[in-house]
Amino acid sequence: MSLYEKLGGEEAIDAATDIFYRKMLADERVSGFFDDTDMEGQIAKQKAFLTMAFGGPNNYTGKSLRDGHAHLVEKGLSDMHVDVVIEHLGATLKELGVSDEDIAEVASIANSVRDDVLGR
Amino acid sequence: MAFNLAYDGNSYPIEEEVSVLDTLLNQGIDIPHSCKSGVCQSCLVEVVVGEPTEASQVGLKATFKARNYALSCCLFAKEDLGIRPLNSEDAEVTASIIKVEALNHNVLRLCLKPEEEFDTIPGQYINLITPDNIVRSYSIANIPGVDGYIELHIRVIPNGRLGSWLLNEAKPWGSVKLRGPAGECFYVSDKEGGDDFPMVLAGTSTGLAPLYGIIKDALAHGHIGEIALFHGALQPEDLYLVDELYDLSQQQSNFSYTPCVLNGSEGDFYICGDVQQLVVEHIAKLKEARLYLCGAPDLVNAMKKKAFLSGVASKHIYYDAFLPSK
Repeated sequence: MSLYEKLGGEEAIDAATDIFYRKMLADERVSGFFDDTDMEGQIAKQKAFLTMAFGGPNNYTGKSLRDGHAHLVEKGLSDMHVDVVIEHLGATLKELGVSDEDIAEVASIANSVRDDVLGR
Repeated sequence: MAFNLAYDGNSYPIEEEVSVLDTLLNQGIDIPHSCKSGVCQSCLVEVVVGEPTEASQVGLKATFKARNYALSCCLFAKEDLGIRPLNSEDAEVTASIIKVEALNHNVLRLCLKPEEEFDTIPGQYINLITPDNIVRSYSIANIPGVDGYIELHIRVIPNGRLGSWLLNEAKPWGSVKLRGPAGECFYVSDKEGGDDFPMVLAGTSTGLAPLYGIIKDALAHGHIGEIALFHGALQPEDLYLVDELYDLSQQQSNFSYTPCVLNGSEGDFYICGDVQQLVVEHIAKLKEARLYLCGAPDLVNAMKKKAFLSGVASKHIYYDAFLPSK
């Protein structure tokens, strides 16, 4: 069974996305990147990200991640912000009762795209 | 086995194992898309022939499902299908003006009777096109299927182009054109015998129109959960339908009406204060509430964010931000 299926698939992603996005909006270290008022669009992106981090079906490529974050890198997106994302991701999964072992796996998948996101 | 896929006046063969999205992309048709996995929702289309499959509607809002929206990347043909992009231009229908009346110092009620079938859902909006080709969007404030006409609430800007048409030329039995409807802010019933989820509706100015349409629709569906309406205004005279809404709250034990005025005086028939704060405080006390927001974009966006941060699920926030015409 894939990690994505083990964590509960699509339904788990829906539950996790709201919790995760709420944490990001409430955190002043990263909330500035979400000033755009298009909440639906942002939620869809968070959902796509969580699906990827859960090891689920996704179409992410190094190039799309670079292109998609280039404007944020210009605004100062750095390692510190990626750390915050991984921190909130872990806290979200903890709230949903996911084991530490699985959280570590999700964090490592998220970490694997760090250089693409930061355009390095 | 292959079926037919109708799109934009053409018909294409579609194989069972190739998604609607890929079939159209292979034909060189540009459909917005991103993840191709049913996650990002950027490839949404409206199914107009045939039925969307369950797999093509996973994760969609109830109002999207009700309008036969589907994720084209997850939609595989089991029958002949017809689809169209969202918000495509609809045909225009002619409608007669049957009533024009003032609701307060700057809001008019305009009742229109379409001359042909024109399916709408209370809370959606339509384009009103005057004989001089001025086009403006307005929300539906009643249940047209029951009343036999469409009721709109229009804020009159006296020197505006539409305002002068309304004040000088709009008379009963004159005619206009309508286009639409559009919008995903409306009531969806989940179960037979009446739903019990709490509903909180908030708006400013003529944001009341779609909210009132949604409330009438919910009551007509036998909604048994709490329905709380908050209508915000800058000055007391900007409120309207006050008596009608108070009467409704007397007749319907699950409906409450709270008018609130930012620049008001204490001890009057309304609450003095900020509608945003009242709504967020109210909704924080409820479980699994659905929130409907209509009116000024700044207020709608701010309330949407605050409500979400206070714990309302994103899929339970329905809204319609009114943009000024440019």
